[in-house]
Amino acid sequence: MKYAKLIRNGIIHENPVFVQLVALCPLLAVTTSAVNAVTLGLSTTAVLVCACVVVSLLRKLIPNEIRIAAFVLIVAGFVTIVQLLMEAYLPPSINEMLGIFIPLIVVNCIVFSRLESFASKNTVLPSAADALGMGLGFTLGLLIVGVIREFLGSGSVFGFELLTDPSSHMLIMILAPGAFFTLGTVIMVKNYIGTRRGGSRR
Amino acid sequence: MNLFLIAVGAALINNYVLTQFLGMCPFFGVSKRMNTALGMGLSVLFVMTFASAITHLFYHFVLIPLGMAYLQTVAFILIIASVVQFVEVYMKKTFRALYAALGVYLPMITTNCVIFGVTLINIGNDYTLLETIVNSVSAGAGFLLALILLTAVREKYDNHPDVPPIFRGFPLALFAAGLMSIAFMGFRGLI
Repeated sequence: MKYAKLIRNGIIHENPVFVQLVALCPLLAVTTSAVNAVTLGLSTTAVLVCACVVVSLLRKLIPNEIRIAAFVLIVAGFVTIVQLLMEAYLPPSINEMLGIFIPLIVVNCIVFSRLESFASKNTVLPSAADALGMGLGFTLGLLIVGVIREFLGSGSVFGFELLTDPSSHMLIMILAPGAFFTLGTVIMVKNYIGTRRGGSRR
Repeated sequence: MNLFLIAVGAALINNYVLTQFLGMCPFFGVSKRMNTALGMGLSVLFVMTFASAITHLFYHFVLIPLGMAYLQTVAFILIIASVVQFVEVYMKKTFRALYAALGVYLPMITTNCVIFGVTLINIGNDYTLLETIVNSVSAGAGFLLALILLTAVREKYDNHPDVPPIFRGFPLALFAAGLMSIAFMGFRGLI
């Protein structure tokens, strides 16, 4: 029960993308299609869960003064594993699209904030649940932005063509500016719902 | 000529912030006040140049000869963290005024993806040491430029009475960045 609550917390109440507004670089860069968005979301989730479990296990052994360096090493290790696995098993087109954003998971703010504020203070299972929730929340954010951009920019969702007429595609949405506009609109809608519901929340 | 193309490309045409989405956290995080934006932008420029040069040498003279190129993620992150520490200590001893201005931003730079991203791009493009330095300085200058532009917009419009409340803060910054990104796409005609 407690674990379900932790997971839900990460997906909804403290969603890293829409509530905490962190990890914007991958969010804006890889959301040109829904497939890329989900791939990066799940690889980040994998790294996050593994790193949180290890940090949580080692939390009494890591001296406080060098904890950041220790976290960096642990995360970088898992990122390297994920990177090598993806190069080996995923189609080259996806690897090419995600490019340097796989190694950049190392400097993802979500990973650090969870290690620092949760995994280094809690036991293994809650840490894993928290990491899973945050990872899935991040994936959800990527998915929403990715689906909107792919649909408006190339008229398809997950690669299935919905709008076949090329003149209805807004190319700008899959170029860089479209990423800013989509996220800006999504957050505006979230703010609007927030003010309608509670009034005070921004 | 080639160096000039790299410089223009990194600073304007392929601006790392506005077209490649690197360094978004400080881009939106410290763009509320002009003096903090300047401090952050200059620190990034400074650290990026050093970190890129050192990672370049380390990659070509240590990792490649030892056949351990797969360790580049771990190695680069450690190098960037130590460069940041070193710059911080050195600045504290020699340039007191600069340290007072940049001090608080330096530790934040370790987890700034624009630094790590640029070091990886330099390796990926097989740049020579000189090209690496030119690319990093221009990338840092491009980051500084974009940050100053966004800060100017946000300082002016964030508290403007005509802006609807749900649009204030983050959405406004994102839309401003989007419009700037369209403008920067115009630089493609330069080359």
